[in-house]
Amino acid sequence: MSIQMSSTAVESHRSRASRFYAAPVGKKAVMAVTGIILFGFVVGHLAGNLQIFEGPHKLDSYAAFLKATPVLLWGTRVILLASVILHIAASIQLAQMKRAARPVSYVKKDNSHSSFASRSMIWSGMVVAFFVVFHLLHFTIGALQPNFDGTTVFINIVHAFESIPVSLFYVFAMLLLGTHLYHGLYSMFQTLGANHPSYTPVIKRVAIAGAVLITAGFIAIPVGVLAGVIHT
Amino acid sequence: MQLESKIPSGPIEQAWDKARFDMKLVNPANKRKYSVIVVGSGLAGASASATLAELGYNVTCLCFQGSPRRAHSIAAQGGINAAKNYQNDGDSVYRLFYDTVKGGDFRAREANVYRLAQISTAIIDQATAQGVPFAREYGGTLSNRSFGGAQVSRTFYARGQTGQQLLLGAYQALERQVHAGGVTMLANTEMLDLVVIDGRARGIVARNLLTGKIESRVADAVILGTGGYGNVYYLSTNAKGSNCTAIWRAHKKGAAFANPCFTQIHPTCIPVSGDYQSKLTLMSESLRNDGRIWVPLRAGDKRPADQIPESERDYYLERRYPSFGNLVPRDVASRNAKAVCDDGRGVGESGLGVYLDFADSIKRLGRQAIVERYGNLFEMYARITGEDPYKVPMRIFPAIHYTMGGLWVDYQLMSTIPGLFVIGEANFSDHGANRLGASALMQGLSDGYFVIPYTLGNYLANAKIEKLDTAHDEFRAAESAVTAMTQRLLAINGNRTVASFHRELGKIMWDYCGMSRTAAGLETAIRKIRSLRDDFWANVKVAGTAEGLNQSLEGAGRVADFFELAELMCIDALERNESCGGHFREEFQTPDGEALRDDENYSYVAAWEYGGPGGCPVLNREPLEFHYVHPSQRSYK
Amino acid sequence: MNLTLHVWRQKNASDKGRMTRYEAKDVNPDMSFLEMLDVVNEELILRGGDSISFDHDCREGVCGSCGFMINGVAHGPSHGTAVCQLHMRHYKDGDVLFLEPWRARAFPVVKDLYVDRKALDRIIAAGGYISVSTGSAPDGNAILVPKDKSDRAMDAAACIGCGACVAACPNASAALFTGAKVSHLGLLPQGQPERAQRALNMVAQAAAEGFGHCTNIGECEAVCPKEIRLEVIARMNRDFFKASWTRRDKALAGSEA
Ligand SMILES: Cc1cc2nc3c(=O)[nH]c(=O)nc-3n(C[C@H](O)[C@H](O)[C@H](O)COP(=O)(O)OP(=O)(O)OC[C@H]3O[C@@H](n4cnc5c(N)ncnc54)[C@H](O)[C@@H]3O)c2cc1C
Ligand code: HEM
Ligand code: HEM
Ligand code: SF4
Ligand code: F3S
Ligand code: FES
Repeated sequence: MSIQMSSTAVESHRSRASRFYAAPVGKKAVMAVTGIILFGFVVGHLAGNLQIFEGPHKLDSYAAFLKATPVLLWGTRVILLASVILHIAASIQLAQMKRAARPVSYVKKDNSHSSFASRSMIWSGMVVAFFVVFHLLHFTIGALQPNFDGTTVFINIVHAFESIPVSLFYVFAMLLLGTHLYHGLYSMFQTLGANHPSYTPVIKRVAIAGAVLITAGFIAIPVGVLAGVIHT
Repeated sequence: MQLESKIPSGPIEQAWDKARFDMKLVNPANKRKYSVIVVGSGLAGASASATLAELGYNVTCLCFQGSPRRAHSIAAQGGINAAKNYQNDGDSVYRLFYDTVKGGDFRAREANVYRLAQISTAIIDQATAQGVPFAREYGGTLSNRSFGGAQVSRTFYARGQTGQQLLLGAYQALERQVHAGGVTMLANTEMLDLVVIDGRARGIVARNLLTGKIESRVADAVILGTGGYGNVYYLSTNAKGSNCTAIWRAHKKGAAFANPCFTQIHPTCIPVSGDYQSKLTLMSESLRNDGRIWVPLRAGDKRPADQIPESERDYYLERRYPSFGNLVPRDVASRNAKAVCDDGRGVGESGLGVYLDFADSIKRLGRQAIVERYGNLFEMYARITGEDPYKVPMRIFPAIHYTMGGLWVDYQLMSTIPGLFVIGEANFSDHGANRLGASALMQGLSDGYFVIPYTLGNYLANAKIEKLDTAHDEFRAAESAVTAMTQRLLAINGNRTVASFHRELGKIMWDYCGMSRTAAGLETAIRKIRSLRDDFWANVKVAGTAEGLNQSLEGAGRVADFFELAELMCIDALERNESCGGHFREEFQTPDGEALRDDENYSYVAAWEYGGPGGCPVLNREPLEFHYVHPSQRSYK
Repeated sequence: MNLTLHVWRQKNASDKGRMTRYEAKDVNPDMSFLEMLDVVNEELILRGGDSISFDHDCREGVCGSCGFMINGVAHGPSHGTAVCQLHMRHYKDGDVLFLEPWRARAFPVVKDLYVDRKALDRIIAAGGYISVSTGSAPDGNAILVPKDKSDRAMDAAACIGCGACVAACPNASAALFTGAKVSHLGLLPQGQPERAQRALNMVAQAAAEGFGHCTNIGECEAVCPKEIRLEVIARMNRDFFKASWTRRDKALAGSEA
């Protein structure tokens, strides 16, 4: 019995990009880069949304500004959409790889050296994806809101969060987004090759802080509405 | 039997050059047509396989482990010698040659040793280029240390993992050739017989250890690099799987076995803790640089170390060898440890151990200095024994470590069977009766990278080798013999496990053919071995079947061979009426208890010919001549 | 002390396999874990059963042969320790231990706790070396290596190829193993000429063998008996990216031949 070489590696006729993406490391890089873009949007979106605490005018005029600058709006939308598609496509392929890589699972497996967040990225990601769909129907298209008013974001939000189930769902989704970001923010550095004994611990701390702040920031909105801090 | 050493004539400095020039070369275009089987993937086997494939030969390499990288060379810790003289401290090829011949107690062939010393420098270059991460100085140059009492710093090392790193270098070179198609690697495959046709080694029969299939392979030459046979003692620093099967079965097919009784015992191993013990762990010799060895003055003193006052301790090495103290050579340190234990002064539960005490060094140098020097060794000791060596003295005891004996080979590394070459620890060639620290790695790589590629070519270019295949009768016969032995072992179905026989054999060997030997003891040992062997063939119980992975069966085959080799070792030890190097016969010692060589009568290599089943082995002598280093008595007083 | 063992028994690759319970009586705390299994095996054999197969050889933590899961942890509970170096004094009377083989598609079970890890050799064969044929090396000191680089290369080179990283990784990824070799060679000046090709080939081979990908979970680092750091994975990624986007395909096609 001689060792069978599984055909190695790099076939030279394929394009650079497709070869890159074919490797799991390449897919991970795509996830990391799209993750950064999505993260950038989330931060920007949070900053925009937090203006709600300054009252209806501030928020509504911000929304109006966005609507009045279609290049910005559609530009962002296209980039976001592309990122989401790539991010999700890669995540599904990687998830399939994972399943194939261990066909028989352990009777007992101790994972106490890693975080729950790191092991459930695909689940937290899927909840976030489901949330975004719901969220678009909710606030952008308005299909889920009986008295949706395309001209005032402020009122739409307040009305929406007055419903306890809606608020709870948002809080739940935000928590999972938080865990996703908690691992994702550290992970993308490692994926892109940045690991150093003096910087990596700092990155990890920043990732935790970032995830907590973002989650808290978003959650503050439904909580603010329910607590009556934000009201029409 | 003719023993032709084939040492080139003329001055020793030019011997190897001359030999190489006199060799016939194989036409590069023809190399691919020659097939070579290399058994073993340790330093010797892996370096040979890689190099031969680089030259263009068609190589098949075997190892019994699951990967060539797991060969036992991986466990070597201390380092590798080379006459680079990077430290400008007076080293030279000649000095390394001189030290090795003297260290071997004048029982090695001068020309071989000289070649080894010459080649040593190229090994370091090769390994460095392969990316072996040797220790370095801040300026980026290679670092050296002095090892095993050598007067110069010529030892290169990679932390405490020199063997591992050198083996990985050779293994990677091997895998490169596997990828290039030059080497077919057969891991988990054990050679069980050598096939000799028309007087030449023409192939092997092997068992695929995962499937159980017995397979034959033809080749134009066979190279054995199967390591040492220290496991004949059951407990040794060798790996669990280390065995003598390949060389023993080649011996039975006509290869002479040289100096089987020359074994090396390493003084600093962790003592045995119980019957279940499966192997012994070496602690680097460097510990003796700062540790002081002692036992209680009074026999049977069972007080804990810290309650024994200074005045009731015996620092016996410092007392007996005031100038070398704790740094006497391995054999001397080992023998003395045994002597004090035989006196009933050994420490630890079993009474088989001596203290290696760092209390004074810690006082003198501070704990931090000791942590820096020996931190990882202390950790390993603590892990195994559960004791903290910073607080209580370490307990150490000698253990079987290396076998200088092996298949007899000529200067070309060819055995007495044409076409069968033997390299690394498996041959007897370069270390005489005692090996110097850090010289085995050097020898294995010298054989594999730089000697065999030439001498094999010379053989192939000169020999007229007939084409044949495994349908040949000799292959059929060997296959059925191997299958029959397997069936026989499985059929006994007795009431004792393989391991229990092996333990008992090991005990006999350790007691009678270990650190010190007597004629009467050896005769007893031979009797005991024979009766235990009969018992083995009547009462052993081997689990499982011949199909698939069967570790019990693998063990049984190996132990069966150890029985036969053990007897030959005792016969050899009995025949050698002198003490030299690792072979200490109590009858032959100086008045103050040191080894007494007999150059008049025993300055020869004892090359034993197989005497047939139940027959008497036949002794052939290859006289040793010393033209450069003149035999003298070693003294460490 | 007495222990209860639940051991994965599987006759061969096609057998389905199951956990089987054994009692290990009078275990001496000074025994190593494998010695404890040796004793269990001797009893099993004498009672006419088949011994529990597990791979092992050096029993010094350096050959990388040994390894199985103990209660879900690769190589058991002792940090930086291969299972052959684990001693029974870490356990107490009455403990219940689950022993399972490494589980990964690329590591088929041969029997019981014994798996076939030749896939790791093939990853090395794909590029885990410096191509220098015997005889062509310059003098050892002609290549200067800064001590710090050399030390870090040694840290990475300490990998024993045991596969515990794969076993522990929820994705069954061989990233730590592959990264260790890419780093060992990539840190040294001798390793530079083939650095790009090495990373590309080894990463691709690991995927071809059926190992999973790395999502930076970190279980591997925690069980590695040689304490190889996650840093090696980042370094491998870096080399891979650089090679992917900067290499010149013509030159590469030549060097692949
Ligand atoms: C703990 C320890 C520490 C040491 N430290 C040092 C040191 O610091 N410096 C030094 O110079 N030396 C040292 N030595 C000695 C040195 O390591 C060995 O002598 C040397 O590595 C042997 O190499 P080898 O290639 O001959 O054999 P090995 O490395 O033992 O390889 C034997 C090969 O043969 C294969 N094999 C065996 N039998 C069969 C069979 N029947 N069928 C198929 N394959 C088979 C095995 O699979 C393996 O691949 C040490 C030895 C030990 C045990
Ligand atoms: C409490 C939290 C949130 C509130 C109150 C909120 C509010 C809103 C509102 C009002 C809009 C519509 C804006 C408009 O049409 O002008 C919107 C759009 C959007 N939100 Fe949120 N959002 C929240 C959290 C999130 C999160 C966590 C995500 C992503 C993970 C997200 C992703 C989006 C996207 C993709 C759009 C569509 C943007 C576009 O029109 O291009 N939102 N959000
Ligand atoms: C606002 C939305 C999102 C943001 C900001 C985000 C961000 C990130 C980041 C930064 C990473 C780390 C990448 C790396 O390890 O290199 C990541 C990983 C991941 N994301 Fe997202 N993500 C988002 C949405 C999603 C969605 C919708 C899914 C899937 C359905 C998803 C699935 C994953 C998975 C599975 C990973 C782990 C991939 C891996 O490490 O291999 N993410 N994400
Ligand atoms: S990286 Fe660690 S766990 Fe993985 S194979 Fe190497 S030594 Fe084993
Ligand atoms: S556990 Fe697995 S996901 Fe990566 S960091 Fe280690 S290989
Ligand atoms: S048996 Fe060699 S590492 Fe454990």
